[in-house]
Amino acid sequence: MPKSKIRALDGAHAVAEAMRQINPDVVAAYPITPQTAIVQTFSNFVADGLVDTEFVAVESEHAAMSTCIGASAAGGRVMTATASAGLALMWEVVYVAASLHLPIVMPVVNRALSAPLNIHCDHSDSMGTRDAGWIQLYSENPQEAYDNVIQAVRIAERLLLPVMVMQDGFITGHGVERVDVLDDGTVKGFIGEYKPEHSLLDVDNPATYGTWDMYDFYFEHKRQQTDALSKALPAIVEVGEEYGELTGRKYGIFEAYGMDDAEMAIVVLSSSAGTARMVVRGLREKGVKIGLFKPRVFRPFPAKEFAEALADVKAVGVLDRSIVFGAMDGLGPGPLYLELCAALFAAGNTTTRVADYVFGLGGRDIIPAYVEQVAQDLAEIAETGEVKTPVSYLGLRE
Amino acid sequence: MAVNLEAGWREASIAGTIFEAGNSIEYITGTWRTLRPVYDAEACTHCMICWVYCPDSIVLVENSKVIGFDYDHCKGCGICAVECPVKVKAHAYTGQPGKVIQMVEETSFE
Repeated sequence: MPKSKIRALDGAHAVAEAMRQINPDVVAAYPITPQTAIVQTFSNFVADGLVDTEFVAVESEHAAMSTCIGASAAGGRVMTATASAGLALMWEVVYVAASLHLPIVMPVVNRALSAPLNIHCDHSDSMGTRDAGWIQLYSENPQEAYDNVIQAVRIAERLLLPVMVMQDGFITGHGVERVDVLDDGTVKGFIGEYKPEHSLLDVDNPATYGTWDMYDFYFEHKRQQTDALSKALPAIVEVGEEYGELTGRKYGIFEAYGMDDAEMAIVVLSSSAGTARMVVRGLREKGVKIGLFKPRVFRPFPAKEFAEALADVKAVGVLDRSIVFGAMDGLGPGPLYLELCAALFAAGNTTTRVADYVFGLGGRDIIPAYVEQVAQDLAEIAETGEVKTPVSYLGLRE
Repeated sequence: MAVNLEAGWREASIAGTIFEAGNSIEYITGTWRTLRPVYDAEACTHCMICWVYCPDSIVLVENSKVIGFDYDHCKGCGICAVECPVKVKAHAYTGQPGKVIQMVEETSFE
């Protein structure tokens, strides 16, 4: 095992620490709650001379991502970080980064979107960009956020696709936990050097990026993006295994807890998996055949793998921390539920029943009692094979 | 190297990135034109104002004389006709009074 140090860090500081160790060529970022601690801490590292990074203090998130795109096309290893309205303002150029196949890494500290104004956690921001062509990794705690950011550099540069690494605003971002921080040399060795095949600064081989594209080629270029994303999962798994060999913390595309003989499963992203795991553990001790299924990768959505992992489960309760407004007769299910239903249907699964539970919007707490309520619902669904309420809300005052 | 317009998505350059300088000459933009600039060669003083103002560099010049326009790339913006300082009583092509360069409906040509 390489040298490492246990430190007390919140998720934002853990990510800033990872960024210090990655030592990107360029970071262009704008502060926004609850991501601020990342950019603020990293800019201190820049001011203290601890990194070689060119830090660009831009005037907006749109400018931040635009700067990242230019710097990445110029051949640099490039990062930014954002949240909520910042990601929303960035939206146009988030697409540009992906469609130009630029390996930009962007930590996102999940926060609700306005209105009303709210600074606390839900997944509306990153889920709003789920069709932009980025790889999306979700982290449960500061340790996973730290590990995912380091792996994201390798994944992005190998696939030539940008990667977003999510963690829950305040809950993870400002929650201090035990983080095993690798030593600088280990991180440097793991990520290696970035050697772009083409770059704007290679003056002997001039190239034009972001060209004009008509109906004669645009379609083909979009198809290239789906091709790149369709090859991403094996690469994400390989990098996760290599990271596991190095650190003892192996990463795949999902975590299954108590799923071996499970008849019921709770599916949830990020920090709420901790609450769900505790409830599942308690129910398991009572002999209830329930498991926790925590996706780490949401984009590309591992449809085949998830359908296979849930094939023998009778009842699945999906916990969604955002709403796809207008979907399913306007019932407002979440994106995780919709993607999972599509995956099961495409796999020909006609036996697994799925119910969606929207929770935690704008930072509303999820408490063990809510997860227990889901488990009770699932027991009934497993027995009757009938989903009475496809979409319900946890912790909402009626 | 000319761009292969029949290239499938596997062969097409990733994201449309261009690796050859000056290849916009291969892209025929003349089909966008609805009005065509036509100049009166006899009345033209070869002052080069149109050559200076043309945003697409399509005014063809040989031995310091305007010899015509590159219609494969002229988009028909009409700036040359506006900026042309030389007046004629009757244009050699249109027969109309006005400038040496006049804009003619593209549909009137074969």
